[in-house]
Amino acid sequence: MEETKMVGLYQPQQHSKLYWIFSDSLTFIKRSLKLIFRNPDQLIGLIVQPIMFMLLFRYVFGGAIDTGGPSYVNFLVAGILVQMAAFGALTTSYSVTYDMQKGIIDRLKSFPIASWTVLTGHVVSDLFRNFISSLILLAVAFLVGFQPTASLSDWVLVALIVMLFTFAISWLSAVLGLLAKSIEAVQWMGFLLVFPLTFASAAFAPTESMATGLRIFAQNQPVTHVIEAIRALMIGTPIGNHGIMAVIWCVAIILVAIPLCAYLFNRQVSKS
Amino acid sequence: MSENNAIVIEGLTKSYKDVEVLKGIDLKVERGTMLALLGPNGAGKTTIVRILSTLLKYDSGKVTVHGYDVKDQAHEVRQNIGLTSQYAALDEFLTGMDNLVMMGRLFHLSKEDANKRAHELLEQFDLVDAANRPVKTYSGGMRRRLDLAVSLIPTPPVIFLDEPTTGLDPRSRLAMWNVIKKLVEADVTILLTTQYLEEADQLADKIAVIDNGKVIAEGTSDELKSKVGNERLELVIKDSENFARAVSVLANYKFIKNDEERTINITIDSGVQEIAKILSLIEQNSVQIESLSLHKPTLDDVFLQLTGHEAEDKKVEDK
Repeated sequence: MEETKMVGLYQPQQHSKLYWIFSDSLTFIKRSLKLIFRNPDQLIGLIVQPIMFMLLFRYVFGGAIDTGGPSYVNFLVAGILVQMAAFGALTTSYSVTYDMQKGIIDRLKSFPIASWTVLTGHVVSDLFRNFISSLILLAVAFLVGFQPTASLSDWVLVALIVMLFTFAISWLSAVLGLLAKSIEAVQWMGFLLVFPLTFASAAFAPTESMATGLRIFAQNQPVTHVIEAIRALMIGTPIGNHGIMAVIWCVAIILVAIPLCAYLFNRQVSKS
Repeated sequence: MSENNAIVIEGLTKSYKDVEVLKGIDLKVERGTMLALLGPNGAGKTTIVRILSTLLKYDSGKVTVHGYDVKDQAHEVRQNIGLTSQYAALDEFLTGMDNLVMMGRLFHLSKEDANKRAHELLEQFDLVDAANRPVKTYSGGMRRRLDLAVSLIPTPPVIFLDEPTTGLDPRSRLAMWNVIKKLVEADVTILLTTQYLEEADQLADKIAVIDNGKVIAEGTSDELKSKVGNERLELVIKDSENFARAVSVLANYKFIKNDEERTINITIDSGVQEIAKILSLIEQNSVQIESLSLHKPTLDDVFLQLTGHEAEDKKVEDK
């Protein structure tokens, strides 16, 4: 350490609050994206999961489930796409809990910045990761016989719905991340949230085949609406109110989850 | 900023549910000096640091850092502090360089400055060779150094170091001490917490001993040591009969005894002659001893002297 004058050497830049919210979000997004490629576990999950899901469901259940219309591959792709997006969006919960445990969130809170923007970084990286996983999934689907009827504009809508859904689940998963005390805890919390929602849905079997109670749940819960909307766009099954319900659900989740995140994030300050 | 004190704490209290963690703390740290908060786990050291760095709300009292009120002017406080917490708060998957540049950007340095500052700090903290390796490959000492480097990015006038060497091996601890010493020379105000008397002694201008949420002693290291004595002689006596005799023989000395373990700890104020005298007294009265040893004063000694109980007795988690 040669210089002895250490105070006030570097001056922060002066900009508006809003400018910094965007700038800091961008810094955190860059960080989270870097993490995808620096963390081999994330990278492997990103590539292997869609391949495995697609092949297993296609060949294990393919012969056993009667879709009442479309071939099982055609039926399945929408379900797997959404299930994968939901599980992928749980990455935010692990990342948030990790940041809390490591003391990173504490440190950020001692900075003169809007430190909640760290959450934005994790959420946006889920979007990116899910986008890549979805492309891989579709590529595999085509290889095992997927024959969609969607037009280009249908595909754009599919992409938008998947992104909106991912965005909603990621913020929910940020809530879990802020609530959990450990990585183990957040793992089972995420599992309890996503597993029933994706399996008790129209993802892998038509809801008509389910027992009454389960069927009522499965037909009306958000994940089913998202799946049916995507399925309709991809293979031309009737869309009904699924499109509009999917969007309403996702927006509602986002409108609840973001303020909840803000509350929980700030509450941490006063709590422990 | 009328005062000459960079940190002022007055009548600070804090409770978690029904546990009173801080029971009225008063402390001042003069600008450009270092205060060490010395105390065992659970004494309330980390709680004080978290309150000072705006991470934790307190119940009553008044706390200012660099002239700003911690409660009402949290943003201004944050602009003037650096915090190094007990656990190196770094992104394990990013490299040392990435961590520094990212944090620099979050301190709102320009891209250019953030890069320049990162290079400077890597140099200063002897991390140039490891700059492009992920932090998860770093040793404990390297992590702590990088962690400290992060809190120095914006060259803040006030720095909090929460147990910066806990868990480090002796060599890394020495390296860390050297880095911290240079900060004090550079006119930074530092509040350091530690469980090691030696660390406080080596680094700090003043030491405040914290126990059970209260400041039980405050002063320079010499002032504290004069209370504790420079060294202590520990005698383990053979049996209870000999022990009783030893206690009466040594009646003129300052000592602390433990009847169950038959140990006598004598404070040595004037060096070798005094030790020789004590030993010859023991010899003349044919007190049979099992062992004898000489100890440098430790946190335990400070506590034994000041409170009459040992530091280890605390079971409350310091959070």
